[in-house]
Amino acid sequence: MKTWDAIVIGGGHNGLVNACYLQRAGLDVLVVEKNAWVGGAATSRELTPGFLYSNCSYVCSLFRPEIMRDLELPRFGLQVISYEGGAVFTRDGDYLANYRDHDAHRREFARFSARDAEAYDRYARDVTRQCRFIQPLLMRTAPDPTSLRPRDIGELMYLGRKFAGLGAEEMALTLRFWTMSISDFLDEYFETDVIKANFALSGIIGTALGPMSPGTAYVLLHHYMGEVDGSVGAWGYARGGMGAVTKALADSFRASGGTIRTEAEVDHVLVKSGKANGIVLASGEEVYGKLVVSNADVKRTFLKLVEEKELPEIFLRRVRNFKIRGSSGKVNIALDSMPEFPALPKDSPCYRGDMHFTDSVERMERAYDDWKAGKWSADPFLDMVIPTTLDPTMAAPGKHFMSCFVQYAPPKVGGRDWTDADRDGFAESVISQIAEYSPGFRDRIVHMEVRTSREIEAEVGLTEGNIFQGELTFDQLLFNRPVPGYAQYRSPVGGLYMCGSSTHPGGGVMGAPGHNAAAEILRDLKRGTKHMSPAHDVI
Amino acid sequence: MTSFDVIVIGGGHNGLVAATTLGRAGRKVLVLEAAGEIGGAARTEEFFPGFRVSSIAHVLNRLHPEVVKILELEKHGLAFERQATPSVALSTTDDPLVLRGAYGESLDGATDSEAAAWRELRALLFRYAGILKPFLARRPPDLADMSLSETSALAMAGLSLKRLGKEDMRDFLRMLLMNVADVLDEHLEDDRLKGLLAFDAVLGSHLGPRSPTSLLGLYYRLAGEIGGVPGAQLLPKGGMGAIIAAMGASASAAGIVVRSNAEVAKILVEKGRAVGVALQNDEQIRAKTIVSAINPSSTFSLVGSRELDTGFVRKVKNIRMMGDAAKLHLALDRPPEFLGVRTEDHRGRLVIAPSTDHVERAFNPSKYGEFSPEPVMEITLPSLADPSLAPDGACVLSAVVQYAPYALGEGWEAGKPKFLNAIMAQLEAHAPGIAKSIRHTELLTPLDIEQRYRMPGGHWHHGELQADQMLMSRPVSGAAGYSTPVDGLYLCGAGSHPGGGVSGVPGLNAARHIIAMKA
Amino acid sequence: MAKTARKTNASTRPPRAALQGHFRTLRLPSPLQPRIDALAKTEDWYTWAGYKAPLSLWDEELEYFTIRSQAAAFDISPMVKYRIEGADAEAFCNRVTLRDVSKLKPGRVHYTAWCDDAGHVLDDGTLFRLAPTHFRLCCQERHLPWLLDSTIGFDVMVEEETEAVAGLALQGPTSLAVLRDAGFAGVEKLKIFDLAEFPHESGMVAISRTGFTGDLGYELFVPAKLALSLWDRLFEVGRLHGIRAIGYTALNRARIEAGLIVANADFVTAEHAIRGDRLRLPDEIGLGFMVDAEKPHFNGRRTILAARANRSMKHVLVGLEIEGNIPAEHAIVYHRQKREVGLVSAAIWSPMAKRNIAIASLSRPYGDTVTDDLWVEIYAMRELKYERLMKRARIVPRPFIKLERRTANPPANV
Repeated sequence: MKTWDAIVIGGGHNGLVNACYLQRAGLDVLVVEKNAWVGGAATSRELTPGFLYSNCSYVCSLFRPEIMRDLELPRFGLQVISYEGGAVFTRDGDYLANYRDHDAHRREFARFSARDAEAYDRYARDVTRQCRFIQPLLMRTAPDPTSLRPRDIGELMYLGRKFAGLGAEEMALTLRFWTMSISDFLDEYFETDVIKANFALSGIIGTALGPMSPGTAYVLLHHYMGEVDGSVGAWGYARGGMGAVTKALADSFRASGGTIRTEAEVDHVLVKSGKANGIVLASGEEVYGKLVVSNADVKRTFLKLVEEKELPEIFLRRVRNFKIRGSSGKVNIALDSMPEFPALPKDSPCYRGDMHFTDSVERMERAYDDWKAGKWSADPFLDMVIPTTLDPTMAAPGKHFMSCFVQYAPPKVGGRDWTDADRDGFAESVISQIAEYSPGFRDRIVHMEVRTSREIEAEVGLTEGNIFQGELTFDQLLFNRPVPGYAQYRSPVGGLYMCGSSTHPGGGVMGAPGHNAAAEILRDLKRGTKHMSPAHDVI
Repeated sequence: MTSFDVIVIGGGHNGLVAATTLGRAGRKVLVLEAAGEIGGAARTEEFFPGFRVSSIAHVLNRLHPEVVKILELEKHGLAFERQATPSVALSTTDDPLVLRGAYGESLDGATDSEAAAWRELRALLFRYAGILKPFLARRPPDLADMSLSETSALAMAGLSLKRLGKEDMRDFLRMLLMNVADVLDEHLEDDRLKGLLAFDAVLGSHLGPRSPTSLLGLYYRLAGEIGGVPGAQLLPKGGMGAIIAAMGASASAAGIVVRSNAEVAKILVEKGRAVGVALQNDEQIRAKTIVSAINPSSTFSLVGSRELDTGFVRKVKNIRMMGDAAKLHLALDRPPEFLGVRTEDHRGRLVIAPSTDHVERAFNPSKYGEFSPEPVMEITLPSLADPSLAPDGACVLSAVVQYAPYALGEGWEAGKPKFLNAIMAQLEAHAPGIAKSIRHTELLTPLDIEQRYRMPGGHWHHGELQADQMLMSRPVSGAAGYSTPVDGLYLCGAGSHPGGGVSGVPGLNAARHIIAMKA
Repeated sequence: MAKTARKTNASTRPPRAALQGHFRTLRLPSPLQPRIDALAKTEDWYTWAGYKAPLSLWDEELEYFTIRSQAAAFDISPMVKYRIEGADAEAFCNRVTLRDVSKLKPGRVHYTAWCDDAGHVLDDGTLFRLAPTHFRLCCQERHLPWLLDSTIGFDVMVEEETEAVAGLALQGPTSLAVLRDAGFAGVEKLKIFDLAEFPHESGMVAISRTGFTGDLGYELFVPAKLALSLWDRLFEVGRLHGIRAIGYTALNRARIEAGLIVANADFVTAEHAIRGDRLRLPDEIGLGFMVDAEKPHFNGRRTILAARANRSMKHVLVGLEIEGNIPAEHAIVYHRQKREVGLVSAAIWSPMAKRNIAIASLSRPYGDTVTDDLWVEIYAMRELKYERLMKRARIVPRPFIKLERRTANPPANV
């Protein structure tokens, strides 16, 4: 019976990144995926004829360019197209736009406040400084502060030196930035509600926190530290939908000799004498491997796939205490024509970017209050994009695919599971919000897919439908992610590794967890990592 | 005319501690108090004929032992009761839960398993608060200029962290900036207990128990001690004013001159150096060292932005200091009876915070400038233990009530009667009949507190005590170690590290820093 | 379910909605754009603070000689301008900027700079005192939030007037003749850095004897709607005096000869510096002379004076004269041909000085106490090959040229 060198559980982007790097190091790698398709939460699916849906993740920025290069993803079809703009519609019939051109951007802000328009430069400078501080940490394994191993001490000293290099004033600002709410942070720069809302949204996306919760300034950073080909902080669409990312990864993997088995749901991990040596599929089939890597979130991996007796009590306690909170939902819509937004001029580049209807931090925070009370937001926050304005491959000319990311949607409604009626009510809150700004919108809808945490968890296997496989709060970052003592992709079970977004540096279609986990596995196997590019310089 | 080495602005407890510490080090010190008497927000005042109450602070839980020692407060009349005051978590649906001893050494009214879980959590919280304690007692680390003694002190604190043991250290680092609600959910079941702890964590701050970093509020409380007992609390005999009386006596003994009704109108600055103050009556008093115990924002207003840099003025403007707590004083015909609470436990701290979610719900409206329709509160009946505070048979009720945002959308003139109704509804539900026994009501909103005690925003910490306004960012970077950009001008109030509460630590640290500067 | 969003209604849109169309014009036209467009034979544009501005109009080399021998008109409308007015305007400017504003009389202009708390230079610019309580601050970068936060505690109003006020620099030996013939009576009385207002059509034009060329020259500020008629008034009479419009390349040569620095070209302004080591104190970019320790408190005073007392200045800005005639722009400066000690930020062959000159930023002690044995490494791209030259550089005082006509009184009335 065949024994694989490595079995990767889950064909999401991190699982595939990990598998690619292992395969390219000479290992014989098998990826097992529950669904009939690979991609996890980065998929493109034709859910209605003629329309390709990015039905989970929908935009791209965080995916590390080092990985794209190493794994030859452009050769396998990956292209990322930058947004052209973005807008927040205001309730008085106007909008605030974001333009790529610095001066147009300033003059746009000046329509609302001359002061805020000029304050943007200082804001951008300060956030950029924070990004530059954090960026080099993404492609590194977080050090264990309780460890006395030379490698951990070396990494800690690297962090310490980096921090000390900031200077006293900047150090104080950095400590504040990491602990502040995005709302308080923005108050120190801007005076206009809609301008604050325009930035605050990056502090809440994917997070079960409101913009007034301390710690959300850091979440903003998590959305800013990406890039599109060197344009730091830029976001774009993957041509062909987000499935293009995982399709390229899967093709790259296969091209290097890797094997993918779909419709192969894992029941549990085989552990013998404290060491993982394979998996058992739901069908009962046993598959053997010298090591097992789980792309599933840390709760699913250790509370469902590994027997309790194999794990130390303190580890289990910490896994149980890991916070994975469903906070968002998705409404994906096929449109038979381009929707009109009378507030927005027809030639505005904002149609080719992200659009929002929440024009104040207070509205955003109130939407979060609903979530805390176990309800979906009556006046939800939407991150709405129409990728087909820039990507001709997803729908026929004149037809459009619209993706609406929605916050907040609780994991349970009033303490019970979601029902179909709940799901429809949730969808209605979204559609009615759009329709208020876009007359005739309902009539353009050809097909709609509504995904609450229930649907996301059932299909993708993300616990509670949380897009980051775990909250991005300080107690779950760096050496605390996913749990203290096991933040270096290893687990208490020998030969069982983690490579999902539950691990450092966290979620989003970034690929860094998969990459970093591969580096640690190859270190354990004493294999070379020459095929892994060093992290790009931040100069 | 007498000349002074040091002028202390503000005769609250921190001003008195700083003044006395400096006086004992040989400085000639003048304390200028704007009000008619010293004590600031720690006075005992008559709010209705025959009824006296601790004005703002009403529970003593963190007076620092070194302050007691250096000021010889016990010699000057301060007496600690040896028995700790219990905390009682009230409930309308259940019996109350009573935390006895120093912050719940034992628990009445909980299941055995809950009591066991609490014992474990309590020990853990005290252990972790103990790590932070040295940081709170010291001057915050100076990032720009780490002296040898500072570096070694930090290293000592780091060592105490190592002593925790590996797993404990990991949990400490994980929990440090967590929200209190999650920590409680990880350990406890009982809503009453969780509600009480959640309330204690957010008391005095603009946070809800689900706000990340809110656990720090609980650590801050548990890092305090009274009479050598960490976590203990008591209602001082004679009210908080008794502490002030002892401090005043200690100050006199140290030769400190206190002038009341002497409001400072301006801090005089020449060539970047503070040289004295001008009073409201235009009188000028000069001294080499000016120490301000008042709110940092007020302090720098007295300096004037012309003597300060724009960036600094901007940072001071950005200090968040809008109070969210109100103070209620009731003069009652007779002691109220809270449901299910034993007679002697009425002498304790009675808390209405039935669950974590309830506290969080109470917090929500305050984010938008609305008061809590079902406020949470901490109630004391100080006249039970100290009958001198009320006429025979009558009773004083003193309560800190949250959430009452300083900037109430509808304005406090319109909002105050409505808020009082909401508070009374809660009180009546927990102590039926209390409304009928009221002889007089005084509700101090943050706006009232601001006006009466000259505390901007009505904030008793002189600025939100949240992670981003702590340590080297308290009150702002550039003025965090008690020194300010103005030579010769120092801060020593609650707006400075470590923050408010009747601890005397900012005053003590500032005085020590000033003494060390000269040496 | 509560509906917080109201129905949107185009008819009740706020006035700002009328300004939405600006995204179609990514480069703003200057108020003088029609005249400049008409003269733009090279169509050689760049972006200056969001405006469409000419690098050259007809011949960048000959445009330079217009400055030095005739009268060159250069559109400075894109320059950022702030109007500062109020009872405390003088005290306000004194607190914000480095030089002593109480010494700046109404009708005078001075070149100054301003710093943040850490003493790092936010920008340099010119401060015009139009009246006892009315100033105009002109600069390269935008500072409204900083200026507004600086008003706390002062009775003063600060307003940006970049778009409302057009500016035109008229520089060169015949510039006075042009103004005189255009009928600005008494303009010849203006001494260097003097300022006066003259009627023009329905309004006033503020004319100062200032400029960025080191030559005789004037700057004219006028309400935007009067800009074209002012241009016409000058060009009509100016033909006889050789008036020509010029672009930035020519001006840049003149300013380097004059030894003048440009924000975000020769130093990085503090609100834009992402890297902490790019920040500069005034003394580190040759602006130490502005710092007046005796005047009342000003932003950055404590740190600047402390850095002086502690001798902790890290950089110095110097003028260099370099062997040969190959411009050394962005060349690295070495000590003893080995140790890297700085960077050239601007360099040209100076037609007036007949020398190869440069402005460079060096790390102290180089350029400060160690001034000998300096070299620059020039990479000159010639037909797809870098010709690498190591040339000796000598520190020389700025300005590199000193033209008597710049300050002569009365000015030469050619």
